[in-house]
Amino acid sequence: MPFVNWLKRHLVVIAGLFTLGYLLLPNVVVTVFSFNKPKGRFNYEWQQFSTDAWKDPCGVAGMCGSLSLSLQIAVWATLGATVLGTMIAFALVRYRFRARGAVNSLIFLPMAMPEVVMAASLLTLFLNMGAQLGFWTILIAHIMFCLSFVVTAVKARVMSMDPRLEQAAQDLYAGPVQTFLRVTLPIAAPGIAAGALLAFALSFDDFIITNFNAGSTVTFPMFVWGSAQRGTPVQINVIGTAMFVVAVLFVLTSMVIGNRRNKQKA
Amino acid sequence: MSAATEAPPPLAPTAPEKKPPRKRGRLTPYWLLLPGILWLVVFFALPLVYQASTSVQTGSLEQGYKVTWHFATYWDALSEYWPQFLRSVLYAASATILCLLLGYPLAYLIAFRAGRWRNLIMILVIAPFFTSFLIRTLAWKTILADGGPVVGALNTLHLLDVTNWLGWTAGDRVLATPLAVVCGLTYNFLPFMILPLYTSLERIDGRLHEAAGDLYARPWTTFRKVTFPLSMPGVVSGTLLTFIPAAGDYVNADLLGSTDTRMVGNVIQSQFLRILDYPTAAALSFILMAAILAMVTVYIRRSGTEDLV
Amino acid sequence: MKTTTDNSGDVRLTQIGKRYGAFTAVHPLDLTVPEGSFFALLGASGCGKTTTLRMIAGLEEPSQGAVHLGDQDVTHLPPYKRPVNTVFQSYALFPHLDIFENVAFGLRRRGIKSVKKQVEEMLDLVQLGEQARKKPHQLSGGQQQRVAVARALINHPKVLLLDEPLGALDLKLRRQMQLELKRIQTEVGITFVHVTHDQEEAMTMADTVAVMNAGRVEQLGSPTDLYENPRTTFVANFLGTSNFIEADVDFKTGDEIALNAGGGKLFLPVARCSAPAASGGKVLVGVRPEKISLTHADDAGEIPEGRNRITGRIADSSFIGVSTQYVIDSPVCSGFEVYAQNVDRDPRLTPGAEVVLHWNPAHTFGLDAAQDADAGVESVEEDAA
Repeated sequence: MPFVNWLKRHLVVIAGLFTLGYLLLPNVVVTVFSFNKPKGRFNYEWQQFSTDAWKDPCGVAGMCGSLSLSLQIAVWATLGATVLGTMIAFALVRYRFRARGAVNSLIFLPMAMPEVVMAASLLTLFLNMGAQLGFWTILIAHIMFCLSFVVTAVKARVMSMDPRLEQAAQDLYAGPVQTFLRVTLPIAAPGIAAGALLAFALSFDDFIITNFNAGSTVTFPMFVWGSAQRGTPVQINVIGTAMFVVAVLFVLTSMVIGNRRNKQKA
Repeated sequence: MSAATEAPPPLAPTAPEKKPPRKRGRLTPYWLLLPGILWLVVFFALPLVYQASTSVQTGSLEQGYKVTWHFATYWDALSEYWPQFLRSVLYAASATILCLLLGYPLAYLIAFRAGRWRNLIMILVIAPFFTSFLIRTLAWKTILADGGPVVGALNTLHLLDVTNWLGWTAGDRVLATPLAVVCGLTYNFLPFMILPLYTSLERIDGRLHEAAGDLYARPWTTFRKVTFPLSMPGVVSGTLLTFIPAAGDYVNADLLGSTDTRMVGNVIQSQFLRILDYPTAAALSFILMAAILAMVTVYIRRSGTEDLV
Repeated sequence: MKTTTDNSGDVRLTQIGKRYGAFTAVHPLDLTVPEGSFFALLGASGCGKTTTLRMIAGLEEPSQGAVHLGDQDVTHLPPYKRPVNTVFQSYALFPHLDIFENVAFGLRRRGIKSVKKQVEEMLDLVQLGEQARKKPHQLSGGQQQRVAVARALINHPKVLLLDEPLGALDLKLRRQMQLELKRIQTEVGITFVHVTHDQEEAMTMADTVAVMNAGRVEQLGSPTDLYENPRTTFVANFLGTSNFIEADVDFKTGDEIALNAGGGKLFLPVARCSAPAASGGKVLVGVRPEKISLTHADDAGEIPEGRNRITGRIADSSFIGVSTQYVIDSPVCSGFEVYAQNVDRDPRLTPGAEVVLHWNPAHTFGLDAAQDADAGVESVEEDAA
């Protein structure tokens, strides 16, 4: 009976941890199999422990090239989407203007649209215009679908910001430029950073839209996709594991630094 | 519009970056909006128009296409590919329900029960995002492999018999069956369910739970009558964020499924990129978009979220 | 729900205490709230009053001790099984339910089907009959407060717990609601336990007040008793203002203690001294500002015999309509406060004037000199802000 009671009280915790396990299981598998030495072309069955792939992460033709291409595209797409998105977000929150509803729908629709629809229609456009598919078409597509997410993230932050802060700054002799640089931007910064981070992750990991609009250019997700047909090198798992570890370390350090700063302030 | 397409805005614009409203003119918002909105109009809205027009064209790749208002393409596409459409809806709906069932306890755990572990769990929910989803989806091939631990466990528990009977699996396999596809879809879109759920749960004033308890509601009743209704905004946006991409997905069906699990996304992809039958592909894509927009609209109306505070 | 067989509905707390790790929120305390009384737990924030209330409600598990309602031990009952209801701080009204459903919530949970009549009657009692179909956010603060009271009272609890129920209201509305709550309590006759940091609120409404400080009950009594006979400096300062003079005990006669403060003689009734005043020991002599009269030093001869007196100089005076508040520096005590009714104002009483302060010895109270004379002062100012 005590056990049943305990179970009842902690049912949510147990179910939640089960879900967490479900979410993390593939990462565990990816990590473990980065130390595998598969027999055939595919790395789906455990054979024997080996660090070969870790010693030679770029040993697969084309993989590291695709990785660096993906990073480049992600950086530029993030930059473009963040700048354009932040401008839209400020206009939406801080100004009254006509066609506001239309603008809002235009921001919302890309997020409510299956990727394959956007991908296919964009390809139709490029084909009609006779555009050369490659780096630029990928970049254009990425900025397009990241934009809405940046707007949403920045808007949330700017909206929660007290407009009286800006009035206070102006009252204290800050001109519009000064007000923006010294008050508005620093306060909106976390929202902009969140939007940028989201844009980077979305762009870097995008497959469907890229697949339609890349032509013969190969980004990292496309390389993985191709290798799923031809044979999966262990190095893919090495990259996957490294990205996971770097991301977790990055977040943990920023949290620790944040905590320290808070403590110093307090 | 056509003028704009010829001269697309500069990539990564550097000039008018974040100019403050210098002349508090009435034009300022329009200048702020212009580049981004133009981008969306040219590369999001305009393509939809092109696609609509493509879907009513006839012709061939060699001789070129012409708009002939050939609506029969829609009819042909539907009558040929309705099983894939149906599958898309079924798989996406199953994945959405599974995401809700799996995601709710975790979101609840993070919001109310995690205490000082909250941030860590949050990181663990988000961190997998940073490993390419294709790599993680491929990992399911290993997890669900024939004769692997999952299949073994399902077999021992005689659950495979149940899923076989339901038509979710076939024989001794999980891989290349609907179950594997739905499992992959659920996995891929689970965080999109958890995050909005968490956001709306976290906003609930803890005293409301206490108040319900104080007014004779047992924990389960408190959940049904207070917590769940108040988390409806999260449930609605979570299900949308899961259902929409799942319905259009073709990666999971391709990597984890078989030819019998092809979804509409697979058809659009192969029509566009392999068979090069653009009108059919455009028509399918248009039907998918219209169907999803219609479903979403009805769903939002029915769930009555606008009625919530 | 649960009905106890006896008719006594006292709330009894026995050695109840609450610790969070190393921090003790509530030291083990005994408290009995008589049935049908209006009882207030008064103290600054963090003094343990809310924790005590929550232990009665069942929202907090006590680390030790027991809670009884009448004869029933409810210590380990979850809140939804206790015949106790709470009016929460900032109300905790369910935002997704309308007023009617908020009030009906408890009845429905107990499986009562026909709630309409009861809910309507209850809404009429709190004068909200017209608002039944509105959502909480459409009501004003005062109306929300009344919904919260109605939602709890409709269940006919043995005890109604109120956690800072008026804290979110502005001053005028708060006054009005104080009277309103008092009226409702008299009308329904249910025991009210009320937690507040506002001493005026506690004194206006409650029959009995328990003053809490740092997890302990400092003193328990009727408002008048607490005000006139504080037993600690904390209580003396938390309820109103007090002046303290440190004095040496000279001798004791039958019912009076003679004291020596800076050369002057003061008398204090034995009955009003809570400290063991032995000859040669020290006592803190307290007196309330409004009990003191002020006479210009030139007229010192006109002061009747038998009154306690000390001399000083006016440091500051502020006119606030019904009275004038003086701050007086004297050799025995700096910053002595005196409130004088504006009946016959002596124009010579301006800052810098030499004065004699005098009062009836019966209005003096004596406290243990070992304590901090300023205890409870700061917290009052914080809460007022």
